[in-house]
Amino acid sequence: MREACDLVVVGAGPGGLAAACRAAEAGLDVLVLDQQPEPGGQIWRGEARKREHRLARRWLSRFAASGARFRPGARVVAAPEPGLLLVEEGTSSLAVRYGRLVLATGARERFLPFPGWTLPGVLGVSGLQVLVKDGLPIQGKRVVLAGTGPLLLAAAATIQAHGGDVLFIAEQAPAARHWGFALQLWRHPGKLLQGAALAAGLVGVPSATDAWVLAAQGERRLESVRLSVRGRETQLACDYLGAAWGLVPNLELARLLGCEVVRGAVVVNDRLETRVPRVQAVGELLGIGGVDQALVTGELAGLVAAEQPVPSALDTSWQRIRAFATALALHDAPRPELRALATPDTLVCRCEDVPLSELEGCGNLREARLYARLGMGACQGRTCGAAAETLFGWAGEDVRPPCLPARIGSLRLPPEPPPTPKRES
Amino acid sequence: MRDGASLTLRINGRVVTVPVGTSVAAALALAGDFVSRGDLGGRPRGPLCGMGVCFECRATIDGVPEVLACLTPCRDGQEVVTDA
Ligand SMILES: Cc1cc2nc3c(=O)[nH]c(=O)nc-3n(C[C@H](O)[C@H](O)[C@H](O)COP(=O)(O)OP(=O)(O)OC[C@H]3O[C@@H](n4cnc5c(N)ncnc54)[C@H](O)[C@@H]3O)c2cc1C
Ligand code: FES
Repeated sequence: MREACDLVVVGAGPGGLAAACRAAEAGLDVLVLDQQPEPGGQIWRGEARKREHRLARRWLSRFAASGARFRPGARVVAAPEPGLLLVEEGTSSLAVRYGRLVLATGARERFLPFPGWTLPGVLGVSGLQVLVKDGLPIQGKRVVLAGTGPLLLAAAATIQAHGGDVLFIAEQAPAARHWGFALQLWRHPGKLLQGAALAAGLVGVPSATDAWVLAAQGERRLESVRLSVRGRETQLACDYLGAAWGLVPNLELARLLGCEVVRGAVVVNDRLETRVPRVQAVGELLGIGGVDQALVTGELAGLVAAEQPVPSALDTSWQRIRAFATALALHDAPRPELRALATPDTLVCRCEDVPLSELEGCGNLREARLYARLGMGACQGRTCGAAAETLFGWAGEDVRPPCLPARIGSLRLPPEPPPTPKRES
Repeated sequence: MRDGASLTLRINGRVVTVPVGTSVAAALALAGDFVSRGDLGGRPRGPLCGMGVCFECRATIDGVPEVLACLTPCRDGQEVVTDA
């Protein structure tokens, strides 16, 4: 199938939705693609159905009324030439011709290998949270969370609200860094309120800074975890472990299109234009900044795409959010001890079963690919890539099409459809 | 869709009833050990990222192999087969 539009938006999280609303309201023909079955992205998952969250409801209703078209279950797999995207939808494929493109592909969690992290029942912190939002039965289950930053609290709150028993929250950041960050939140009243509300709801959950997971244990499924808590080892029996250390932007499509990436974020000007003509980027792609950044940059990009004036208030709030994002990055940076958790037989690449010991002697990502098959499996290095960067300092530069595993038919341009007979209406 | 409505699917032959809106990855927890596939050494693996990034949740869904269970909503009469 073929589709054409003035503006295509990849990603229907808050960033993509805000861009689509602004552009469609200004009269552009907008098409939004997302691999998820519903709009909302990571934070508003399921809200299109549940309609519980006020901000989500406001944006999802606005989106529905905006005139923008939405295609769920649409995975963008390749960008063979400027102005063209190839998309896989279930077992069929689609070619999209666009005038402009807004990249809003968001972020994923940073996973670091530790003994036992491949056991079923061990997930990311937000990975566990989204599965609970998607119906994972958590009532009465014992959960341990280990990671960093505000998303730990968000995940704990979701799990508790669904009847899960959060036994412990391990925050890797050193106490001084953690409280320094928390105090800075005073400058970001919205964030502070969110944080305070979360913390109030979590009264009674034991938590500690300077704490991290050492190992997950179990036979065929997670049974217990070993933690380091302020220098002392503890063991907890549990059903689920959420373990991940902050977020990293999903850069595959941006790289495939040729956008410049510096220090893990897409480079844009103040109109959110990347170095590739007619391609903009918003949200987490600009550096992890949360839902506020996604909405503000999305609106900005949508207005620019539609050649509308940008209210100065939008510009100002973006600058404020950047300051928050910088503080968050400092807070969430993984501490050195986390790099030493994997033992020689701990798998680093989960798709190709590559243990740490096989990476000995490799000097960069390319060698690790060639000699040890790191990152050569189904996820194409999405999980082990960020891990290898944190563990060894190897940066992943070369993204090759398709940027997601795809059927060969999805990589061919579909034939021009026969002219449709004109009907009287 | 009615709020609180449920639907029935089969996971490895086992009949499972879930609320509407449940993803296949989430439903795996009801069908046994929360396992979606076996790794090269035959050890069990389950969903990790919940968002279509890690590819650990791939299963055969309605006859189509290698489908990401975390991106697939449960549907009435669906057949899910894990390769663990
Ligand atoms: C798993 C997870 C859970 C989170 N939960 C919370 C939370 O509860 N609270 C909170 O404050 N923050 C949460 N965050 C942080 C979150 O990143 C931001 O707050 C916010 O969602 C960012 O918005 P965004 O529009 O930049 O990206 P996202 O919301 O991440 O949206 C990006 C969208 O792009 C789609 N996409 C990516 N690549 C492709 C492709 N190739 N083809 C098609 N579609 C694609 C994805 O399916 C996704 O829907 C979470 C992050 C993650 C990773
Ligand atoms: S759980 Fe990671 S892709 Fe589905």
